[in-house]
Amino acid sequence: MNTARNFTGKMKKIILLFSFLFLGIMSGQAQDAQIILDKVDKNMVSKTEITESEMIIRGKRNVQTIGSKSYTEGNKKSFTEYLYPERERGTKMLKLEDRLWIYSPSTDRTIQLSGHMLRQSVMGSDLSYEDMMEDRKLKEIYDAIILGEETIDERKTWILELTASVENVSYHKRKIWVDQERFIPLKEELFAKSGQLLKKTTLSDISQIDGRWYPKKINFKDVLKSGNGTDFIIKKIQFNPAIPAYIFTKASLKK
Amino acid sequence: MKLSFQLAFRNLIGAGLRTWLIVGILTFTFLVILFYNGLLDGWNLQAKRDAINWEFGYGQFQHKDYDPYDPFSLQNAHGVFDARNAQGLTPLLMRPASIFPNGRMLSVTLKGLPKNQRQLKIPVDRLDKQEGAIPVAIGKRMAKTAKLSLGDEISLRWRDKNGTFDAENVKVAAIFNTTISTVDQGQIWMRLEDLWRITGMNNEATIMIADQPMPDTSFKDWNYVNQEKLLQNINNVIEIERASARIIYFILLAIALLAIFDTQVLSVFRRQKEIGTYIALGMTKNEVTGLFTLEGSMYSLFSMFLGTLIGVPLFGYLSQKGISFGAFTADMGIGMGDRIYPSFSPSLLVSSALIVIISATIVSFIPARKIVTMNPIDALKGKLQ
Repeated sequence: MNTARNFTGKMKKIILLFSFLFLGIMSGQAQDAQIILDKVDKNMVSKTEITESEMIIRGKRNVQTIGSKSYTEGNKKSFTEYLYPERERGTKMLKLEDRLWIYSPSTDRTIQLSGHMLRQSVMGSDLSYEDMMEDRKLKEIYDAIILGEETIDERKTWILELTASVENVSYHKRKIWVDQERFIPLKEELFAKSGQLLKKTTLSDISQIDGRWYPKKINFKDVLKSGNGTDFIIKKIQFNPAIPAYIFTKASLKK
Repeated sequence: MKLSFQLAFRNLIGAGLRTWLIVGILTFTFLVILFYNGLLDGWNLQAKRDAINWEFGYGQFQHKDYDPYDPFSLQNAHGVFDARNAQGLTPLLMRPASIFPNGRMLSVTLKGLPKNQRQLKIPVDRLDKQEGAIPVAIGKRMAKTAKLSLGDEISLRWRDKNGTFDAENVKVAAIFNTTISTVDQGQIWMRLEDLWRITGMNNEATIMIADQPMPDTSFKDWNYVNQEKLLQNINNVIEIERASARIIYFILLAIALLAIFDTQVLSVFRRQKEIGTYIALGMTKNEVTGLFTLEGSMYSLFSMFLGTLIGVPLFGYLSQKGISFGAFTADMGIGMGDRIYPSFSPSLLVSSALIVIISATIVSFIPARKIVTMNPIDALKGKLQ
């Protein structure tokens, strides 16, 4: 009887010890993951940015290349002007916090997108206006844990699993493969609440610009749709330049 | 009066081919008027019946943010309803979503109806639990557009109450055939219980459909729209169709009336001696005018008789068997069945007959008025007046 009681007591201690160890590892991992996320955010986000980029949209029948120049201040303000092709030239987009306006030169009109319209695809790409408008830092809306490690294109990465910590996020879960040296995501998968994979992002052509690593090519792919997705290629980028305040006003849309 | 009838009848029969040509045109016009109106009435009845059975019920409580003409309004048009106050009301929840048949993205409206509802003909009762996929019902047109068949599984993506993306496979468990394209094209139907579960919107609805007419009222976030208002669109479309049909039969009627008018002018001109004789025999000028007018309007009576002989079997057959408009009807904005069954109500028959008789009488009377101004002696001599 005593032996049995001693055995049960020992087992309880062992289980308790393992539980503490497991919780310790998990919280340590979670903390590490949050630090990694923080470093990723620091790498990817700058106070102001001016970028010249190209969006390559692959449709079923044709491939469309759209060039644009964007001005960004923090993650609340951005202004984009489309440069080519001729059909899109002069179209401008202004985002201020959670509001988005689009100016079309053919109609000389500015419209504000809201509600369901924000869920429409941007010029037929695999990106929605809402995807482009997500402005909260990852660590503000997700809890992260490290799932493991993997080598992608000879680069060692951590696999982070992000689960929404707030309710109003588009994707309940994300998986990010972060380069262990450069703190740049190389791959990202976005999941539905049910766990179904919805979108994939692949970041490549990582270069050092102004002392920071930055991906010059990003491929977005809606996995439920057929096709090869949309490429976003950065031609030129300036970090922390001075941007005049008038750029982020509605008046600049018609200029 | 009897004499006038006898004389008019004998004169018309005596005119031979000319009478039968005019009667022929007038009969054709009468039948076209009847047919067009019957067809529109039949379509109207059918469209309204189907709209009530498939979409509107006997009225609807709509959420204050719901705008049937703005699909973007669906995002916010939903509210919790109190089941105790919703006796006799069938809740219907609508959510925007996307499906991905064969790798294509199609925007759809996801609609949920209670499994045991009997208000609408949507076959949600056939959506039994399936292994691994949510059972859904779609219309024939939707199945054709998305190239879907019974048993097919497709990915469905939607957002839950917080705006978070969710996706699951759905299985086409029922394909229904309806004339109402607004419940078919771009619509995916599932059990309300399933829609509540996947969106987390328990006890919420976008509209509540009444199973009997209710007084116009609003409570909290719900505004009542009565059946008449819901059917207003159908009435408007039918009215536009009726207006364009009127142009066609006005032209036909004008041709027939012109023939009668012409004949009357010629009769008054060529039958002056006859007119003089009638007056010499004691008829007043007004009685002679009446005789000639009666002759003209008798064309319409003949055409009524001939129209009945042809129309009763022909329209009887058409209203039984219906008329097929084939592929043309498939994508009309309002309900239009594969076959339209014309409806010939007594009021339609009487009003069409009256239009023909009255207009024929008027055009007969106008040339006959000249008789009043005639000098009887000159008329007897056959002098041109």
